[in-house]
Amino acid sequence: MNKGERVNQFMKGEGLQKLIAVLALIILYMFFSFFGKYFLTVDTFISILDSSYYIGFLSIGATFVIIAGGIDLSSGTVMVGSALIGGVAYNVWGLPIALSLGIVMLSALIFGAINGLLVGKIGLPPFIATLGIQFISLGYCSVIAKVQTQTYPSLISKDGWFKQFVYKNEGFPMGIIWLILFFIIAWVILNKTVLGRYTYAIGSNEEAVELTGIKSNNWKILVYIVNGFFCGLAGIIYAATYSTITPQTGNGQEMYAIAACVIGGTSLSGGIGSLSGTILGVFVISVLKTGLLSMGLPVQWQQVLIGVVVILAVLMDVIRMKNLKRFSLT
Amino acid sequence: MEQKKKNILEMRDINKYFVGAHALDNCCFTLQKGEIHALVGENGAGKSTLVKIMTGVYTDYDGEYLFCGNKVHFQGIKEAQQAGISVVHQELNMMNDLTVAQNIFIGRESKGFFCSDKKLNEKAQKLISDFDIKVKPTELLKNLSVGKAQMVEIARAMSFESTKVLILDEPTAALSESESHDLFEKMENLRKKGISIVFISHRLGEIMKIADRVTVMRDGAYIDTLKVCECKIEEIICLMIGREIIEEPKQRSGVKENAPTVLEVTNLKSSKVKDVSFILNKGEILGFAGLVGSGRTEVMRLIYGVDKKESGEIFVNGVKRQINHSKDAIKYGIGYLSEDRKRFGLMLGLSVMDNIVLPSYTKLSKFGFVSKKKCLSETYRLIKQLKIKTFDTNQIVKKLSGGNQQKVVIGKWLLQDMDILIFDEPTRGIDVGAREEIYIMIKKLINQGNSIIVISSDLTEIVRLSDRVMVMSEGKITGELDISEANQEKIMTLATQG
Ligand SMILES: Nc1ncnc2c1ncn2[C@@H]1O[C@H](COP(=O)(O)OP(=O)(O)OP(=O)(O)O)[C@@H](O)[C@H]1O
Ligand SMILES: [Mg+2]
Repeated sequence: MNKGERVNQFMKGEGLQKLIAVLALIILYMFFSFFGKYFLTVDTFISILDSSYYIGFLSIGATFVIIAGGIDLSSGTVMVGSALIGGVAYNVWGLPIALSLGIVMLSALIFGAINGLLVGKIGLPPFIATLGIQFISLGYCSVIAKVQTQTYPSLISKDGWFKQFVYKNEGFPMGIIWLILFFIIAWVILNKTVLGRYTYAIGSNEEAVELTGIKSNNWKILVYIVNGFFCGLAGIIYAATYSTITPQTGNGQEMYAIAACVIGGTSLSGGIGSLSGTILGVFVISVLKTGLLSMGLPVQWQQVLIGVVVILAVLMDVIRMKNLKRFSLT
Repeated sequence: MEQKKKNILEMRDINKYFVGAHALDNCCFTLQKGEIHALVGENGAGKSTLVKIMTGVYTDYDGEYLFCGNKVHFQGIKEAQQAGISVVHQELNMMNDLTVAQNIFIGRESKGFFCSDKKLNEKAQKLISDFDIKVKPTELLKNLSVGKAQMVEIARAMSFESTKVLILDEPTAALSESESHDLFEKMENLRKKGISIVFISHRLGEIMKIADRVTVMRDGAYIDTLKVCECKIEEIICLMIGREIIEEPKQRSGVKENAPTVLEVTNLKSSKVKDVSFILNKGEILGFAGLVGSGRTEVMRLIYGVDKKESGEIFVNGVKRQINHSKDAIKYGIGYLSEDRKRFGLMLGLSVMDNIVLPSYTKLSKFGFVSKKKCLSETYRLIKQLKIKTFDTNQIVKKLSGGNQQKVVIGKWLLQDMDILIFDEPTRGIDVGAREEIYIMIKKLINQGNSIIVISSDLTEIVRLSDRVMVMSEGKITGELDISEANQEKIMTLATQG
């Protein structure tokens, strides 16, 4: 492949969108450095990183699901709900903290598996299945917690060690290390394993995959379980970040994850996408959130602007798809 | 020594029902070891359905299925594959966002959980050079032409080492003559190795050339099996459709002398089209011949406004027009029937009626309300005119046989009253009887005052239909022949010159 062709192919694929995401990141950063208060400081930088962990994990999971042609509307509530159950295990059942965190993971994996079964075995459309699970996880986890707020041990207490993994260890944001680590693991799965290959294949043309003798439904279940795993990780980080987990919250967080994927060039019609793009998307959202705060704008403005960014990103996706298809109907 | 050859695959009294269709009616089929066995029948005769039963796609059917002498009932595609059956299904079944290599080895990446693209690319490269396909293993499938994608899929099916039976469901429909020729050579080699091949095609000439035996099906039932060397094409056709075809004598269609020019294209250029100019006169059928990849489709796409041209001008009825989008083209009365119906021509999930009437809603509505009655009557008319085999106007297009899907696309355009119609491979996958109908229909359109461009890789078709033939090669027009002087050899010579 000569250089021109490669550039061409890059631009046709999600490369262009990734490039735009990088530019957007830089522009946003410069913009807030000018207009925000104390934006260009190490502290702000670290708080940008800090605010990207749990959305980062959610987004990694979402990337798998969306590339496979699905969507997960339950990841936000599964994350918070699982963290809540973990809190119950620690506070009410009196389990050791390590085991309680295990329960967070377990809970998220189970929800992931249920999503997978609903989509892969029963054949529900992902939108409907995961919307159902959104409500179920929202309600059921609160029921288990008897609608009581659960509090995780604080950083200085004996059981607070796990927060050290996330929080500043002598000023260093440890969470980024975990994000990088699991990013690499996810990247290997998506790009170097059979599961990853089938994720792209199924999103691209499921019928054709079936005709080659691959049981696409089983692989879809696996994709949703992988997603559940990352929701679980997000849940642990969420618990470490916020300490108090309020029942019946978490809905809406999945939208940030989906937005991050789209901003990073993952196509909602499946088959196209990358984890590196998703991480870029996560940082665009974090910078936007933190930056708007530094400008003293109320939280609601975050929502407005993130909405605008998402629409722009989807617009890019649509335009790109149109160029690819080169054809409109009739 | 005449020894009875062993049957490797045998199907007895197969029955298969769909909602509203008895697709196979006590159908039988036997395949001998090391033969090329053609399967023919009209659109909707049940050929693809039979193939899908052989390959484990459909598992619920009645009847007996013997493979290598044992009774089998495959419970899935994988089982059939492992038993040694490889298949290329009728429609392209590829993952567009994956590379060529990834497509070829899908499902066989590695024994373990990890897979490396590097190894796949090397293996794919070998296969591709074996097959002489000019693609790179790293190319994304969506960037390939239909013909090349089809070749890649065939290469995939032929790359299984344990294959005993290879089934090709209309593999040549998307191929050019030379690509088909290469394919036949490959098939010949496989036969020598003792592999049995089932070959489905509507091009009976091909079957006479390559097959040993031919089985004819009609309306889901088995009709007869003949030795190809002992029968004539006419015999096969007669068995297929239950009557004889009367070929209309070749004649010039109604082009009048000094007919006005309806379409003029000058110096059209793009990356794949090199300085193309031509004119189309009113009431004329202009044939475009050439090998697949010679740029014919690209020229039409530029005219139709789907691709951007680098330079060149388009005059419609003598007026220079800017066509930047298919919408513009339609506005100026230019319609284009794409060569790839699945990707561009049809909404597979919608009904026959929706597919036919949707683009013509304005025509079929009054005060903004769509007249259901008009829609129905128009749809019925077209179903009858084109002999579309569907049990209902509400049948989902996806469930029609391949050839009938193509007829739906044609129906859609017939309803739109375009002055200039560009048919890109109009009879791909269409049986002989229906092909004749489409020819008659094209002539009828001419008589109604339309002007038509036909792209076809089928030289007989080009010679049959056109009043004038443009021949393209590598993006250039290499010749223009009047029908009085055009014949297949002349066209071939022009099409292969660089
Ligand atoms: N999934 C389905 N549901 C309902 N009817 C079907 C389905 N698949 C096929 N049919 C019907 O069964 C009949 C046989 O179809 P089949 O695809 O086997 O024809 P074919 O011989 O391959 O035709 P062609 O030459 O056009 O490809 C057709 O009438 C078709 O409408
Ligand atoms: Mg068929």
